[in-house]
Amino acid sequence: MKQYRAHLLVCAGTGCVSCGAFKIKEALEKEIQKRKLQDEVLVIATGCNGFCERGPILMVHPDGVFYQQLKVGDVPFLVEEHLLKGRPVKKLMYIPPEEKEPIPKMKDIEFFKHQRLIVLRNRGRIDPEKVEEYIAFDGYEAMGKALAEMTPEKIIAEITASGLRGRGGAGFPTGKKWAAGRAAKGSPKYLICNGDEGDPGAFMDRSVLEADPHAVLEGMVIGAKAVGAEKGFIYIRHEYPLALKRVVIAIEQARDNGLLGEDILGTGFNFDLEIVEGAGAFVSGEETALIASVEGRIGMPRQRPPYPAQKGLWGKPTVINNVETWATVPNIILRGAKWFSGLGTKTSKGTKIFSLVGKINNTGLVEVPMGISLKDVIYGIGGGIPGGRDFKSIQIGGPSGGCIPAKMLDLPVDYESLTEAGAMMGSGGMIVMDDKTCMVDIAKYFLNFLRDESCGKCVSCREGTQRMWEIVKKITEGKGTERDLVVLEDVARTCKDASLCGLGQTAANPVLSTLQYFRHEYEAHILDKRCPAGVCTALIRYVVVAEKCTGCLACKTACPTQAIKGTLKDVHLIEQAKCIKCGACQEACRFEAIEAQREEAIQVI
Amino acid sequence: MAEKKKLRIQDLAKIREKTRALTTIRESEGRAKVTVHMGTCGIAAGAREIMDALLDEMQKNKVQDVIVSTSGCAGLCNREPMATVEFKGQPPVKYVDLTPDKMRKIFAEHVLCGRVVPAHALAVGSETVY
Repeated sequence: MKQYRAHLLVCAGTGCVSCGAFKIKEALEKEIQKRKLQDEVLVIATGCNGFCERGPILMVHPDGVFYQQLKVGDVPFLVEEHLLKGRPVKKLMYIPPEEKEPIPKMKDIEFFKHQRLIVLRNRGRIDPEKVEEYIAFDGYEAMGKALAEMTPEKIIAEITASGLRGRGGAGFPTGKKWAAGRAAKGSPKYLICNGDEGDPGAFMDRSVLEADPHAVLEGMVIGAKAVGAEKGFIYIRHEYPLALKRVVIAIEQARDNGLLGEDILGTGFNFDLEIVEGAGAFVSGEETALIASVEGRIGMPRQRPPYPAQKGLWGKPTVINNVETWATVPNIILRGAKWFSGLGTKTSKGTKIFSLVGKINNTGLVEVPMGISLKDVIYGIGGGIPGGRDFKSIQIGGPSGGCIPAKMLDLPVDYESLTEAGAMMGSGGMIVMDDKTCMVDIAKYFLNFLRDESCGKCVSCREGTQRMWEIVKKITEGKGTERDLVVLEDVARTCKDASLCGLGQTAANPVLSTLQYFRHEYEAHILDKRCPAGVCTALIRYVVVAEKCTGCLACKTACPTQAIKGTLKDVHLIEQAKCIKCGACQEACRFEAIEAQREEAIQVI
Repeated sequence: MAEKKKLRIQDLAKIREKTRALTTIRESEGRAKVTVHMGTCGIAAGAREIMDALLDEMQKNKVQDVIVSTSGCAGLCNREPMATVEFKGQPPVKYVDLTPDKMRKIFAEHVLCGRVVPAHALAVGSETVY
C-alpha cells in the first residue's frame, strides 16, 4: 500500500453530498494534481461525519484539522496554505456560535467531544467503498472470531450478556430474539436487516449504511452463525440511493474476498445476502409488514404471535434486526459483552445514535451512551437553541413519539425513562422545538403524516388517525370546543389500545403527550381563540409596529403577494385581505417591527 | 475476469499489517512525527526536495508508524530548509540547513534508531503550529 503524508477525508454522506461534497472532492483532486502533490496527499470520500449542519466537511489527517462549509472557491487557497505551506486555514475552521476563535481540531469541538462512537466508529474515517479500509480498522475480525472459535450458543450467550436491545424502536433484547430463532423448528432460516427508516427527520440507519456498510454485513454473518441461517436480506428504502449503492458495492467486495457466500474465510460456513428495495411505506418498518413486503405482498402487519422468529418469511423462522443493531454486533463480539454492558444504564446498555434536528445549533448525527441526560444532548452536543431562544420541547422517537417538555430536561435517555415520559426510543429521531413552536400545530403535523402512512388494516388506526387529525386541525383553526378535547383523548386511547401494530399503538403519542404537557396551549386555541406561539395562521395576523418600523422596504421585497404598502423611510402597512400569513415579512425584518397578533375577527366570535 | 483470491482468517491480520500506515495517519498516533517546515522561505530554500527525500526513505524502509507533516515558517528563515523530529513524550529536535542527503541521514539515525544527529541539529525545544 502506497504511503501518503496526508489524507484528506471528504465527508460524502447524503447531507454533505447535497451541498456539493463531490464537487469539493473533484476540486481538491484537481488542485492537488496542479500542485504535483498527488503522490503525497490522498483524497478519499467517507460516510457521514455527523456534523451535517456544517457541510461540506473536510478532515485533514494526520493533523486532525476540521474544515467546514467549504466552497469550491476555497479549495486552491486551502491546498496551498495547509498542504504546501503547512499553515492550517483558520477562516475555514469551525467557530462555535457566539464565539470568535475557531477550533482547529475535531476532537476539541463540543459537538464531537461528548460523543461515544461505537457503531459509528468508522464514520468519516474510512472509505466505505473499500473493504481493505474496513479491515484496516479491525473489520471482519469479530466475524473471524465467531466463525472459527465460537459455537452458536456461545455467540448468543455473549449477545445476551451484553444487554443489547433492538435499536429499531421497541427495544426487544437481541440475544433473546436470536435464541428464539435458533430454537425454532423449520428450515431454511432467514435473517433480515431492517433498513426501512421512514421517520421524517431521522437518518441514523442511512448514515450507518453509507459510512460503514461492511459493519452491517459482518454483524449479519455473526447472527447467521448464531441462528443457523444461510440466507439473509437487507431491506433498504428506495429513497436512499447512496446507501443502496454502497451496500451493493460492499456485498460485491465481500463476496469477491470470501467474506460472504460459500466457505466464508475458509471456515466452511455459508451465508449470502440479497438486497430488497422498499418503496417507502412507514408501516413497513414493522417487522411483519416488512416480511410481507419482502415476500412481494402489500406491506401490512399481521397478528403476533406467531413471532417472526418462529414463523416469518415464507413461514420460516426469521430473525429481523435493525441496521444499527446489526452494526453493533461485531463490536460486542470483538470487545466482549462485559465491555459493552459497562456502558449505559441498568436496563439500556451501550450507545444509541440519534439524529438531532429542528431548532438546534448543531444539527447532525450523534452517538451517545445510553442514560445521557436530554440537557447534555441539547445544550452540550447540540450547542443549544439558535438565536438564544428558549427551549420548549423535544420530540423523541419519530412521528409516533412524544413531546417532552423543558421541565424534564434532566430525563436520562433510555428505553424505560422515555416510555414512561410518554415518548419512546423509537429509532432515534430527536426534534428540538423552541418557544416559537405551537404544540397543537406539531401534533397536527405528525397526525397528518400518520394518517397518510396508516396501512388501513385496523379501524382504530385508519379512522383514529384521520379523526384525530381532523379534530386537531379544527382546533388550530380556532373552531375547536371543549368537547373536542374529550373526544380527542378518547379516540387517542382507543387507537392506542385497539390497534394491531406499533404504528397504531403509538400513533396517539403526539396527541397524548402534548395534551399531557401542553394542555394549556390547546385550551388557549379553544377558549381564547389564540395561538400562544403565533403559528396557527387562522388565529393570527401580521401587523407592522409603527414605532419600530424604519421603512427599509425589506418586508415589502420579501412579501410574495405584494400585500405590503409603503415607501422608503415611511411606516409600512400590511393589507390583510392580500396577506397569506406566510411570515416572510417577519423573517425579513431586522427591527422586530412585524408582530403576529391575535386575529381580532375571530375573537369576536 | 480472474477469480479473486478468497481470504482466510489469517489474511485479515496481514491486510491490517499492510494498511497500518493508513490507520496510523488517521488515528494521529504515530511513534514519531517529522515536520518539514514549508513556509515561503522553506519552499524557496528547497523544502520540497527535503520532503521528497523523506517520503522516499519512508517508502523504502516500509516505515508506517511515523507521521509526516508540514508546518509554516519557524522564524529562522536563513537556516531553511528545516525539519523537526518529534518522539512521543520527548522534546522535539530541530534540524537546519538541510539537504536531501542530510535528511536521509537524519531519517536513518534519528527516526529509525532514535539517535539525535548533533551535526545538523539546531536546538531542542518546542514550537506550536496554532
